[in-house]
Amino acid sequence: MIEGKVWKYGDDVNTDVIFAGKYTYKPMTPAEMAERALEDLDPTFAKGVKPGDIVVAGANFGCGSSREQAATCIKAAGVAAVIAVSFSRLFFRNAINEGLPVVELAGGTTMIAKDDKVQIDFEKGTVTHKGKSYTFPALPKEVLAILNDGGLIPHVKKALLKT
Amino acid sequence: MGLTFAQKVLAKKAELSTVAVGQIVDVEPDFCLSHDNTAAIAKTFAKFGVEKVKNPERFVIVLDHTVPASTEEYAKGHKEIREFVAKQGIKAFYDGGVGICHQVLPEMGFALPGSLILGSDSHTTAYGALGAFSAGVGRSEMAALYATSRIWLKTPTSFKIEVRGKLKEPVTSKDLVLKIIGDIGADGALYKSVEYAGEAIEAMSLSSRLVLSNMAVEMGAKNGYCAPDKKTFAFLEHRAVAEYTPIYPDSDAEYERSLTYDASKLGPQVAKPHTVDNVAPVEEVEGTKIDQALLGTCTNGRLEDLRLAARYLEGKKIAKGVRMLVLPASQEVLLEALRGGLIEIFVRAGAMVLNPGCGPCLGAHQGVLAAGEVCISTANRNFQGRMGSNEAATYLASPATVAASAVAGVITDPRKVGRGGGA
Repeated sequence: MIEGKVWKYGDDVNTDVIFAGKYTYKPMTPAEMAERALEDLDPTFAKGVKPGDIVVAGANFGCGSSREQAATCIKAAGVAAVIAVSFSRLFFRNAINEGLPVVELAGGTTMIAKDDKVQIDFEKGTVTHKGKSYTFPALPKEVLAILNDGGLIPHVKKALLKT
Repeated sequence: MGLTFAQKVLAKKAELSTVAVGQIVDVEPDFCLSHDNTAAIAKTFAKFGVEKVKNPERFVIVLDHTVPASTEEYAKGHKEIREFVAKQGIKAFYDGGVGICHQVLPEMGFALPGSLILGSDSHTTAYGALGAFSAGVGRSEMAALYATSRIWLKTPTSFKIEVRGKLKEPVTSKDLVLKIIGDIGADGALYKSVEYAGEAIEAMSLSSRLVLSNMAVEMGAKNGYCAPDKKTFAFLEHRAVAEYTPIYPDSDAEYERSLTYDASKLGPQVAKPHTVDNVAPVEEVEGTKIDQALLGTCTNGRLEDLRLAARYLEGKKIAKGVRMLVLPASQEVLLEALRGGLIEIFVRAGAMVLNPGCGPCLGAHQGVLAAGEVCISTANRNFQGRMGSNEAATYLASPATVAASAVAGVITDPRKVGRGGGA
């Protein structure tokens, strides 16, 4: 169970505004990436974000490029989870692989506003906001295993050690 | 009930008799692609503690995003990649200048019907044009593929997009795919396998089909398939690196959604700033002043695109105050364009002809935009800030619309301007 303060965005938040193409081929540490997170969408985000905050958005979050830094920079900024109506498949995979929990609230996120508090219970599959609970589907076990290992790198490392 | 292309190809790769929609399968791709991001992927791969890439013959690496290197950092990345491929014995390495990965893989015979190709680039969907199942993955996943050769994939539900009738010149597959994305939205086919079919698709060249499959990801799709046919097989005749077996969907396959278009009714389309699904007929934006015109990219940098654009540029001059950039998609395309006299047409018109590569499409180098500038481009994305300044704007269009607009200095309907005799 986690609780965090909300940063709220709309539909189709694309990877270029999350992490600009001009930084994509620069070697950067996760901390440096965090300083550029959401730069072209919300210049106040990188400075204002606190560990444990939660990003909430509309449909198709993370559409566009395959760049994994879009997930890395959000995770490195201290964000505990991203809630969206839906995710692009590449962002979804990258987030899991970076150990960043993603929650799909297909019913909508319009009731949630910036600076609201939300709670996420991953075991029960619920998001609680202003006393109301909303359910989300559990991740497939193959996917959950990656997330529980802390991302794809530790997950594959573990699997390689077994063989 | 029959099976879709996605079900059939994933069942084959997972060595199962059938797979259900939603089923997660563990598969070994036939080929995996990475580009300039290989430098970062190699560093991640090193974290596994595995000395050697498993099955190096399955990896194709193409330098295209920042070539030739414009900064010391890019140059360092390229150098590390050259050292990595030499150490790992990766033979399918194409250094800067050979071309854009999504043109190089088909040309070099890696994009095969019925194959599974994954790439650490979102436009890996392109190879669906040759009947492959191809999709983008992230950098960590590519590193894991280096180590294990295996990956999980979820079997998607499928959309069928049937296009009847014939496209009317100078309307192209770019106009068609922009129209579809405008209609269904940037998430209209989220996580779906898109199958293009119908008379108009059958009549198209492979180059035109590559545009449809390339841009499938812009409607959120996992892949975008065109049925391989005689044109596909002829193209691959002296190129295919391996034997292949085409896979076709069953005629009674189940589709979540079917859409039908009439190609003959379609006019030129433009995606307005700052999303690919912000699509309008060209008439709506005619007269918009432009500062830059970009012809090229993995979407529209092929010979037929250059040929089409040249018809509007032959014997003309690019408008004063406008710069035009031409980036052929590969050396092969560049050579054919040279032989066909197209490069001379571009240069005489005042265009800058640049080396094959991704160029300014992603804003990393070679023609980025200043605040307040407007670009019309044959690329596949127009997100805010992508091509440079956050206060610049990009319109997406066909090679015909881009070339006609470069001459006029404003966004122009290519049907309304005179053309030279042309190549």
